[in-house]
Amino acid sequence: MKAAWRNWLVRYGGRGGIYLALLVASAFYLLPVYVLVVTSLKPYAEANLAGMWRLPSAPSLESFLRAFEQLRPHFRNSFYLTIPATLLSSLLGSVNGYVLSKWRFRGSEVLFPIMLFGMFIPYQSILIPLVQVLQRVNAVADALHIPAALRWLVPGYGSITGLAFVHIVYGIPITTLIFRNYYATVPNELVEAAKIDGANIFKVYRWVLFPLSMPAFAVVMIWQFTSIWNEFLFAVILTQNPAIRPVTVALYNLAGSYIVEWNVQMAGALLAAMPTLLVYIFLGRFFMRGLLAGALKG
Amino acid sequence: MRRISWDRIISVLLILPSILAVAVFVYGFIAWSGWVSLSNWDGLRPDLSWAGFVNYAKLFATPRFQIDLRNTIVFTVLFLGACIVLGLGVAILLDQGIRGENFFRSLFLFPMAISFIVTGVTWRWILAPGDPATGRLTGINVLLNAVGLPLSQWYTDPTVIHIQPTGAVGQFLHRIGLGVLTTPNFGLPVAMISIVIAATWQMSGYVMAMYLAGLRGIPEELREAARVDGASEWEVYRHIVFPLLRPVTLSVVIVLGHISLKIFDLVAAMSKKGPGFATDVPAYFMFETTFQGDHYSQGASIAIFLLVTVSLLVVPYLVYSTRREAEL
Repeated sequence: MKAAWRNWLVRYGGRGGIYLALLVASAFYLLPVYVLVVTSLKPYAEANLAGMWRLPSAPSLESFLRAFEQLRPHFRNSFYLTIPATLLSSLLGSVNGYVLSKWRFRGSEVLFPIMLFGMFIPYQSILIPLVQVLQRVNAVADALHIPAALRWLVPGYGSITGLAFVHIVYGIPITTLIFRNYYATVPNELVEAAKIDGANIFKVYRWVLFPLSMPAFAVVMIWQFTSIWNEFLFAVILTQNPAIRPVTVALYNLAGSYIVEWNVQMAGALLAAMPTLLVYIFLGRFFMRGLLAGALKG
Repeated sequence: MRRISWDRIISVLLILPSILAVAVFVYGFIAWSGWVSLSNWDGLRPDLSWAGFVNYAKLFATPRFQIDLRNTIVFTVLFLGACIVLGLGVAILLDQGIRGENFFRSLFLFPMAISFIVTGVTWRWILAPGDPATGRLTGINVLLNAVGLPLSQWYTDPTVIHIQPTGAVGQFLHRIGLGVLTTPNFGLPVAMISIVIAATWQMSGYVMAMYLAGLRGIPEELREAARVDGASEWEVYRHIVFPLLRPVTLSVVIVLGHISLKIFDLVAAMSKKGPGFATDVPAYFMFETTFQGDHYSQGASIAIFLLVTVSLLVVPYLVYSTRREAEL
């Protein structure tokens, strides 16, 4: 009888312990979610009292409406920034990856890690020249009398176009890395066969590599969308004008305002996190691959 | 002589814009920042006249920067330690063939999809200490109070735990000329623990994912063979699994280490420099010095210092990865 009980404990008790430990870990990861949701459903008076862990007595969406009202223009800015920057940097990464995997030239093996270094640098170390150069871009645009209708195209300081340009440039290393490693898995024989059939460099890309690229595009686009949407340092430095600030900066300022309305802050935080969270929930598989690619498996 | 084909020329032209962009925006700008750090530029007007290493000498003599160095080391050690213990632990649990693995994995990884600003704002509220003097507690202190645990001032705590100069250890250190170790500059700022908790919440899922991928790469036969030879489950991990996970740990240390050295967003959103600079970090100091104080050359020197520390970590890794790839 005793032996049977011990066998049962070994077989199922260990399992139970594993699930218990996982549930405790889950509680840690879910704690902020609980606080975010519960607080943002409360009115101000309730959110600011010691009862912050209690459920709201009368759940209301008022905090969300107030937060959205304040963040709405910044959501628009974030989308204007993130979508074009994501598309362009993915295309650029695809072309770079194609050349570095299928059209290697002398020195391209050395060039690649030199490029990759750019994704690890603390951006503080390029910020001062960056601000100076983007301000100079504006000065040049002024001198050239660029018509007002085309002025939004100028990637200068204090503009969404400028910020998008910066994200594209500093996105080159990671996008190139993911595409290069992906294209390296495409057999060279396919490329050679197409060349023998008379395909030039563009046709090989268009008809051989590009149709196979969708998984890599998914990984890179999700990676870039998430990073650019969540980015703060470039955004806060390059957008002095409140009207063009993306949502991370707006949330930061909302949280730093004199009257701390926790309920509105939490609702704002939840809203700001929503686009990337939705991408994660529906396309998590690709997100995970991007994360692991970022770890540089040589 | 081999004729150079059009395709060859076009291939170089295709990648040339990116090479030039990286050359200018990464390397050119770093060189420029380096020059600014050696100049007299202090104020809104650029002044690139030569100053030598004055800014660096001033920087290392600044008490705030010395505190920042301590904070960076404390944060890096605690953050990496917490992420590795939690990430590896959870990965091993998830590797036991349990039900709902996908659910748990997605749950532990979702904070990675969120910005440090959202994380910072949320944890600032969770760890807001309230006012114990009046009994108006907030955040986690409410829960701690309810179960009778001691309360903490969290990120508002100015306490620095350090070796007391008057204690036995402190007196001994003074006698052997290491009295400097008894100053708060060699202590543990309590407020930093709050930042570590938030950062671990955000990044440990990533460590879990990397370890889980590593564990899945270890053939089951290897473990089975050891078990047949009579190894206990602990010995299997100790002698087979952990040694094979070493490359993963290296990647984790490089990736988290460089994030931790340049951490900025989270600190800015959560506590900024903190009481007595208890949560200040070089990246935040650089931000204030340069873009709020207009001390450009001083700010550039902090930026270059950050770059050098990150490079010491990343460059050997890049060289090593590239060499290994070339060998394959």
